[in-house]
Amino acid sequence: MTDTVTSPDAGNAGAPPEDGPILAADGTPLARSLNRSVRRQKIRALALIAPLLVFVLISFIVPIVGMLLRSVDNSVVPETLPRTVVALEGWTASGPDDTPPPEVYEAFVLDIQKAADERRHTVVGGRLNYQTAGVASKFRQLGRAAEDIDTSSPEAAKAGLIDVDATWGQASIWQTIQTYDGEYTTGYYANAVDRNLDVDGVQARPDDEAIYLMLFWRTIRLSLIITVICALLGYPIAWLLSNSRERNANLLLILVLLPFWTSLLVRTSAWKVLLQEQGVINESLTSMGLIGSPLPLMYNQFGTIVAMTHILLPFMILPMYSVMKTIPPSYVRAAKSLGATDFTAFRRVYFPQSVPGIGAGGVLVFILAIGYYITPEIVGGTTGIFISNRIAYNIQSTLNWGLAAALGAMLLVAVLVLYWVYDRVVGIDNVKLG
Amino acid sequence: MTTKLKRLLGLMALLFALGATAAACGGSGDTETDDAGAEETSDDAAAEEEAAEEDGAMEEEDGDDEAMEDEGGDSDIELTLVSWGGAYQTSQQKAYTEPYTADTGVSFIWDESSADAVAKIRAQSEAGNITWDLVDVVGADAIRLCDEGLVMEIDFDTMVAPGDDGSSAVEDFGENLVSDCFIPQIVYSTTVGYRTDLVGDTPPTDICALFDTETYPGKRALESRPLNNMEWALLCDGVAKDDIYDVLATPEGQDQALAKLDTIKDDLIFWDAGADTPQLLADGEIVIGSTYNGRLFSAIEEQGQPIGMLWDAQMYDYDGWVIPAGLPEDRLQAVLDFVYYATDTQRLADQAAYISYGPARASSAPLVGQHAELGIDMAQHMPTDPANAENIFVTQYDFWADYRDDIDTKYQAWLAG
Repeated sequence: MTDTVTSPDAGNAGAPPEDGPILAADGTPLARSLNRSVRRQKIRALALIAPLLVFVLISFIVPIVGMLLRSVDNSVVPETLPRTVVALEGWTASGPDDTPPPEVYEAFVLDIQKAADERRHTVVGGRLNYQTAGVASKFRQLGRAAEDIDTSSPEAAKAGLIDVDATWGQASIWQTIQTYDGEYTTGYYANAVDRNLDVDGVQARPDDEAIYLMLFWRTIRLSLIITVICALLGYPIAWLLSNSRERNANLLLILVLLPFWTSLLVRTSAWKVLLQEQGVINESLTSMGLIGSPLPLMYNQFGTIVAMTHILLPFMILPMYSVMKTIPPSYVRAAKSLGATDFTAFRRVYFPQSVPGIGAGGVLVFILAIGYYITPEIVGGTTGIFISNRIAYNIQSTLNWGLAAALGAMLLVAVLVLYWVYDRVVGIDNVKLG
Repeated sequence: MTTKLKRLLGLMALLFALGATAAACGGSGDTETDDAGAEETSDDAAAEEEAAEEDGAMEEEDGDDEAMEDEGGDSDIELTLVSWGGAYQTSQQKAYTEPYTADTGVSFIWDESSADAVAKIRAQSEAGNITWDLVDVVGADAIRLCDEGLVMEIDFDTMVAPGDDGSSAVEDFGENLVSDCFIPQIVYSTTVGYRTDLVGDTPPTDICALFDTETYPGKRALESRPLNNMEWALLCDGVAKDDIYDVLATPEGQDQALAKLDTIKDDLIFWDAGADTPQLLADGEIVIGSTYNGRLFSAIEEQGQPIGMLWDAQMYDYDGWVIPAGLPEDRLQAVLDFVYYATDTQRLADQAAYISYGPARASSAPLVGQHAELGIDMAQHMPTDPANAENIFVTQYDFWADYRDDIDTKYQAWLAG
């Protein structure tokens, strides 16, 4: 029976045999006809979201992939010094004064002469200087000197190079080149966690040069504090918003939205006016005789927390409000009618229903906070800055984009991990935006 | 089903937030985005150019002479100059571009992006779409850009005018030529200003007043980067001036400098913009602080604030032009023509009438006149004036290019600790 089902000539339109496929009005099997129209609908739907897809692809996926690639990219060394990289293979320094064989010097001088013509010798010097301070100027110096080095024999090249600068007669600079001779490197990630990658593997940096892990930790800690404060401050406001009469609620909502609509920079600068040593708060407290000398309210973590809490508060209030609006007041009334005190009714009936709002607001505020840049930059001073300020510094000032990309990638992973933890602990289904 | 949908929605929201993070991070994110868009536009531009060239070629056949003689042909050239904004950019407009526009009809667009110029030139270069024609940067940035091959090398014999006293350009600029890619305009210095009404009867006379919290109690402002601060700390900790950079190259020396800075850490406010310290002084927030000499001149002479300044241990630095590498030929010619004009002896001397920075050419010094509005003699307000230049530091670019990353990491760790 079943093997006849798909036979194409199973019947004519209008008069199908009882066991044959059901046909559409035009004679094609109904299943195919349905599939076709569904497919057409799918394509139409896809065409509608295509602009968004392309936008997301160009503005989010591509940059993120680009960032990940950049954080491991080391191609400048093998591309600029191809012969040196090959010649250095298999050499291991036996001591600090051990030098590679003369062939390495010859290969290096030839590489540098070519690189200097293309003005690339300083690029590779700059790259290696991120790992070993002092290398940049040695490469810059070679730009002019390399031409005159005699390359008639490997020995002459060696003598000539060491003659230019004694550094080339030490093992360390060659070990640096050797460590970073691949197309890809994990060196930037090592730096991003306060480690150095050298010829002996990954080494911890001395304590007085360790900064990034501390900044990561601080960023996460302050973001959590800000999120908690936002939740504590926002909850009563959201409750008030959803339980007032409409006129009052609208007025309150405008009060919440007005700062939300104001420029971020303006609000941050306003906090600067309030918090500085000769600012409004300190001046009033001093003139009232409450304090003798001005309190340090800004250029520290306190300033960052206060300003960011204020700026992110609407992101907490609005999701909470939209969730609380949907909680029927009759539930609390019912609980009370059954003998619950106000507090019990709130704790056991109202609060559990409002948790999805807290969850949504919390995730929103935390993720926004962890990548915040401009507010810590302005009011954070030195102890209140975030990891993103350091990323910006590496992009704008030191041009160490590899390190910046590695830090950015770690921030991304940190957020993903926290998101996963949140999903595990609270459950992402327990998030509601309205 | 709904669970999955929610998860998906959640992830999407996360992606957006991450995008925002990437954007906040300032470069890697939006640079890449720029790339995609920029490449398209550059393609378009190239196509348009081709079309334009074809048109042009035909027109030339028709009326060669007309096109050659017509002065108006020059006037549709528009150069994009990048500078620092504020009084400094105004001085460049008054001294360089306004007279040049009057002579040639070439017009200028100003972009106040010099502070981020290094990263932006690199981004433009990677996108293959150079939109800037001439960029004003400090010496250290010029060296970095030159090292990266992002700006072109200057031939000082042909691209820059000789001095009007007969010296060659190389002689005229002398040791101010700190990079092969950099035409210096001015010598400025980072020095120290103080509130005259907060220092009592014994105003500070030397740089170590910064570290003397007993005589001059109160907050002090230093730049948030280690440059200058490390040198001053070592100098005031008893290191001989000639040995400072040798000491600073060693980890022990770096620790010594930070230990000296640590003695005043509780009183320090850190600045990023040159305008910060004059503002802090005017507000009475600090008693003493470092900034650029031109900012102090403006606060003292132009605004009449109760501020005094020191020239002791002033830190010389240079500011000048770099030309991005890879400009199309027609724009390059226009830029070179302007640069030849704008960096000659008279133009550099003219600039000093609007701002108290010293011209980078030796031959310009005798031509420095009076302030354009206040009418006071400018020579004595220049960092290069012999009376002011008794004890100077010249920023050691090679040293900082090598050690900046290392020292900066330590410095930031110290700041944050």
